[in-house]
Amino acid sequence: MREDFGGWVKSGKPWIWLNAAAVSASLIMVVGLLGLIAVNGLGHFWPSALWDMQYRMPDGKVQRLIGEIADRERTTLERLREAGMSVKAYGDVVDIERLLLKTGNRDVSGLDFRWINAPDILSRDTPGNLVALERTEWGNFYGFIRDIREGGELIAEDEAAWHELKPRLERVQEIRKRIRTLERDEIGAINYRLEQLRLDRRRLELDGEDTPEALAAIERKRKELEAAFTALQKNLEARYREIRRDAITMEAMGGERVSIPLANIVRAWRPNAMGLFDKTGFYLAKLWGFVSEDPREANTEGGIFPAIFGTVMMVLLMSLLVTPFGVVAAVYLREYATQGPLTRLIRIAVNNLAGVPSIVYGVFGLGFFVYFLGGNIDQLFFPEALPAPTFGTPGLMWASLTLALLTVPVVIVATEEGLSRIPRSIREGSLALGATKAETLWRTVLPMASPAMMTGVILAVARAAGEVAPLMLVGVVKLAPALPLDGNAPFIHLDRKFMHLGFHIYDVGFQSPNVEAARPLVYATALLLVLVIVALNLTAISIRNRLRERYRTLDH
Amino acid sequence: MSEAPPSSPYKSSVHLRLRLFKDRITRWLVGAGGVSVIVAILLIFIYLLYIVMPLAESPGMQREAAYHLPSAEQAVYLSMEEQAEIGTVIDRQGRVRFMSTVDGREISQVQLPVPEGAEVVGFSAARPNSGIVALGFSNGQALVIKLYYRASYPDDKRVITPEVQYPLGEQPVVVNAEGASLDRLAIQEDESFTIVGWTRGGLLSVMRASPEESLMEDEGGWTFERTQGYSDLGDIVSLLVDPSQRNMYLLGRDGTLAWFDISDLEQTHLRQQLAVTSKDTEVRDARFLAGGNSILVASANGEISQWFQVRDEQGVSRLRKIRRFSNDADISVLTPEYARKGFLAGGSDGGVAIYHATAGKRLLRERVTDAPLRLLAVSPRADALWALDEQGQLQFWRIHNPHPEVSWSSLWGKVWYEGYDEPAYIWQSSAANNDFEPKFSLTPLAFGTLKAAFYAMLFAIPLSILGAIFTAYFMAPRMRQLVKPTIEIMEALPTVILGFLAGLWLAPLLESHLPGLFAMLMLMPLLVVLAAWVWHLLPRHFTRRIPAGWEAALLVPVLLGAGYLSLAVSPLLEQWFFGGDMPGWLQHEMGIGFDQRNSLVVGMAMGFAVIPTIFSIAEDAIFSVPRHLTSGSLALGATSWQTLVRVVLLTASPGIFSGIMMGVGRAVGETMIVLMATGNTPVMDMSIFQGMRTLSANIAVEMPESEVASTHYRVLFLAALVLFLFTFLFNTGAELIRQRLRNKYSSL
Repeated sequence: MREDFGGWVKSGKPWIWLNAAAVSASLIMVVGLLGLIAVNGLGHFWPSALWDMQYRMPDGKVQRLIGEIADRERTTLERLREAGMSVKAYGDVVDIERLLLKTGNRDVSGLDFRWINAPDILSRDTPGNLVALERTEWGNFYGFIRDIREGGELIAEDEAAWHELKPRLERVQEIRKRIRTLERDEIGAINYRLEQLRLDRRRLELDGEDTPEALAAIERKRKELEAAFTALQKNLEARYREIRRDAITMEAMGGERVSIPLANIVRAWRPNAMGLFDKTGFYLAKLWGFVSEDPREANTEGGIFPAIFGTVMMVLLMSLLVTPFGVVAAVYLREYATQGPLTRLIRIAVNNLAGVPSIVYGVFGLGFFVYFLGGNIDQLFFPEALPAPTFGTPGLMWASLTLALLTVPVVIVATEEGLSRIPRSIREGSLALGATKAETLWRTVLPMASPAMMTGVILAVARAAGEVAPLMLVGVVKLAPALPLDGNAPFIHLDRKFMHLGFHIYDVGFQSPNVEAARPLVYATALLLVLVIVALNLTAISIRNRLRERYRTLDH
Repeated sequence: MSEAPPSSPYKSSVHLRLRLFKDRITRWLVGAGGVSVIVAILLIFIYLLYIVMPLAESPGMQREAAYHLPSAEQAVYLSMEEQAEIGTVIDRQGRVRFMSTVDGREISQVQLPVPEGAEVVGFSAARPNSGIVALGFSNGQALVIKLYYRASYPDDKRVITPEVQYPLGEQPVVVNAEGASLDRLAIQEDESFTIVGWTRGGLLSVMRASPEESLMEDEGGWTFERTQGYSDLGDIVSLLVDPSQRNMYLLGRDGTLAWFDISDLEQTHLRQQLAVTSKDTEVRDARFLAGGNSILVASANGEISQWFQVRDEQGVSRLRKIRRFSNDADISVLTPEYARKGFLAGGSDGGVAIYHATAGKRLLRERVTDAPLRLLAVSPRADALWALDEQGQLQFWRIHNPHPEVSWSSLWGKVWYEGYDEPAYIWQSSAANNDFEPKFSLTPLAFGTLKAAFYAMLFAIPLSILGAIFTAYFMAPRMRQLVKPTIEIMEALPTVILGFLAGLWLAPLLESHLPGLFAMLMLMPLLVVLAAWVWHLLPRHFTRRIPAGWEAALLVPVLLGAGYLSLAVSPLLEQWFFGGDMPGWLQHEMGIGFDQRNSLVVGMAMGFAVIPTIFSIAEDAIFSVPRHLTSGSLALGATSWQTLVRVVLLTASPGIFSGIMMGVGRAVGETMIVLMATGNTPVMDMSIFQGMRTLSANIAVEMPESEVASTHYRVLFLAALVLFLFTFLFNTGAELIRQRLRNKYSSL
């Protein structure tokens, strides 16, 4: 027998369905959010079609537009009218489609993105010989290749020029790599050593040991370094002359001819002429470039390698700090402390620290670690660099310490849970066999609790990797001049500032002058961060579940 | 088991001792490690408190030295240089004496050129940090000098050499061409100089010297403009020209204040004349507060009132009395601090009181001498005072008063700031100019924090609690195994990503599809109920294929359809109901301002972030309700919904409540989402279409730029401490509730 609608409502069934809807909504949101990031983040690297359009401008003139379609939306006519546009031409419709066209050529036309109204596109086409160039400055260039020149001499024109471009680009890339090594590694090392010499000299002065011999020795070393520097500088100049040899002439959408030196070109491709195989190869190359290259143009182009590196370094240091302390504190609370009201209180306090806003830790880190500890360390150990601070300024070490403090409750809680799941019988068995408490702990309890510790550390790492607010106060910068790890002794520079994926997202998405251009990169960065964190969490969850299963079998 | 070799465990007592030693060492190490971690955690609280405490410290002052000043009765002006090491005394003979403040030793003396046959009658100092002072002579001329302290560092030791400079030349300048005596004088300097003289009888002479346009940098001369006029004020106590050189104030001894506009010397005119004291109360002294926007008037009854220009309903600026301060004794002299909105008042009983205008209170009063005070100087850093009494005794005192602007009322109450039309809650910690009045009201930030948390909870509570109920009570175990980790992943998502999506994706989407969102809110529950009814009507053999507990999976397409439909009809709805532009409609028709990054966006993004927190705790609480309770209820004939509402939810309600508390704790402290999804303007407006600034976002924005140990730095630490305490208390409360609940379950 079926109930009627009233009876059905009275039975509470609709409520159950509404409750179910809440779960579905939450699931849709999570999955949708991950999907949104994935699609936007991964889609960016795919070589999308280059359109060649005839477009009717608001003043009635027809203009040629060349570009990629970056975004599309539907807008009501009223909003367009509100924005001061003439909408008479579109007739009696509620809304029209608008396209965001990335036209590139920022050096030629001043702006590289423009919204256009789809009904005003008179014709559109994807000619195969349209070339897209990724450049080291001014963003992308779209247009037709006209000729290629070597030192001003014409080499080839039109189609032949395109075929000539490939090998010459490869040559430029080789030279660019060499220049990078020269600038960053070799000259960088000399600069670093020169700075060390200056500090040595200052230290001698401060200690009153600046004897003429000592100073002369320093001066001699300085001379040597400067000689090496001059030699490298000469070498570098020669490379720069080489890289500037070739240039191509491009024709932009307005018909302007622009000469672009090959030195400024990172990549050249003809998206409309590429097959699926070519596109896949291009896609993978771009993806690899994204994770392995340095950022360019105020972080809106290029890769995010320093941010990945900085995040990993910071997280590694943090886990080195947090693991022993977290585990020891948990062992103390569970195995050694007398289980009374005080221990219970401490346990609650530790638990709640996980809920204290992360920015509070940042404030503490800045005040206590950076200004107090760092300031005193500088006074004691680095007086020669003063007034320039060494550790008295935000840096990698303080960031790791702050995050270690932030995540130590996570490790304590997880380890304690693991310890509490170990049956008493196992401890008692060990003690009954004559083992001391320390031996019991070391040989039986800790090995059994190790997966729980792992879980705790993984969760801590996942939390630390995604945390941004405290880092903004204690060491993250938008662009770090040098990695915290390099070939100059002592190789790891704990006092340096570093870049971080999460902060990169905030900075590029919200502080950058060209948000439209940066948006896809932010999505890609976000995707990377999400992937890392989801993977870490899934690992932690699976370890924990396996652990629970194991103890369930132990218990019975 | 094989028998162990008899000797091995007991081979030597050395081995045993080593083992026991190791045991002890481990115990000791673990204990030390554990305690140190706990101490480190405690340290956070203590350190925050340690930084904040100086805000609450009461100021103090102590005598450093006292000595006699020769020919003290002639002195007209005292001042000190930056370090308060050297003091300057100017007297009626035109003598400038530089003395060491700590022992009264004279360092050097400069005799100013006083014109033949004239004497010094008037005196004035410009903005205190300019060092410019002027002497008015009885022949209508005035001499402008600048007190300059040159610092040099021979042998790494600071040596300060005081000197007198003459910015307008060593010759006195003519203020009144007819030679009327300048009995009262006022000067201000910026690039140009304005000097006003008042002659007994009411003649006012205004002189403005502007630098001549000249190609050569140093050789520019001065062009002089002069004008004069009359005021009907009989005897004036003070003549004041503000630093902008546009306004002139005359303060009569009878308490009448006349305000003249002198921005254009050809059209000077009286703007307002009013009584600033109660009837028959004489005025003792009047000074500008630092910045020259406020006038302080000290009257004979020991009251000090603060006045500044406020726009009235017609938009006309009028002088208004803002607040009053009381003193215990008659006041003889007032001195403003150089950079802060504080001032000192010297009394006729020899007492000095320190006030702060923004904080609206007297901080300190101390008797520095027994005789009435005649002149008072405060050092530029406001850390020392130099007072001359009627008996010629000079007192040098140190002041410790680092954070006068902070009081309970200035942090949490409404304050009437300079330039505002009414008292308001304002957070504005810094500005470009030096005379800025810092506005440290935490109220708008606390309000913003609670507002953000409120909208987040509005979004999160229904979804998470309803979801938790279904997951814990109705969901099929296999699906639950899938749902729980998904929600846990949701909790781990970095908030910077949520904030980025909220700011760059959700905010523009909501702005363009606002009607769609409201349609979604109505459509979704309706469609869900409709779908459920349809499911109910479907043939049993069909519905039976999907076991109970998978409703949530069935509803996914329904919800997706409802969402898509709402967004698709959004433009149509907008056209029909809102004239095609809903944000514009809100603005024009309803008068509701619309920010793209508003509370709605924050509520959704932060709601998303707190859903998992509430969900997992509430789900735990519901799931662990003992089975025999529900079985009993079902066995007595209740439907599963009745059992849920009457038994399960009732039992689990403390757990659910504790989950909500944890959620609030998380929402209150969340930083990145609000930082990225709002405009971060500290407004006090409950509207869902407006943004806010929260305590945490404010810390993130301002902390890197704040100067260590400044008031701003400490107030930011206070904000962090407030956040810390708030979340700590909330979380502890939630935890205690949960433990009680656990005990209850285990006893059931």
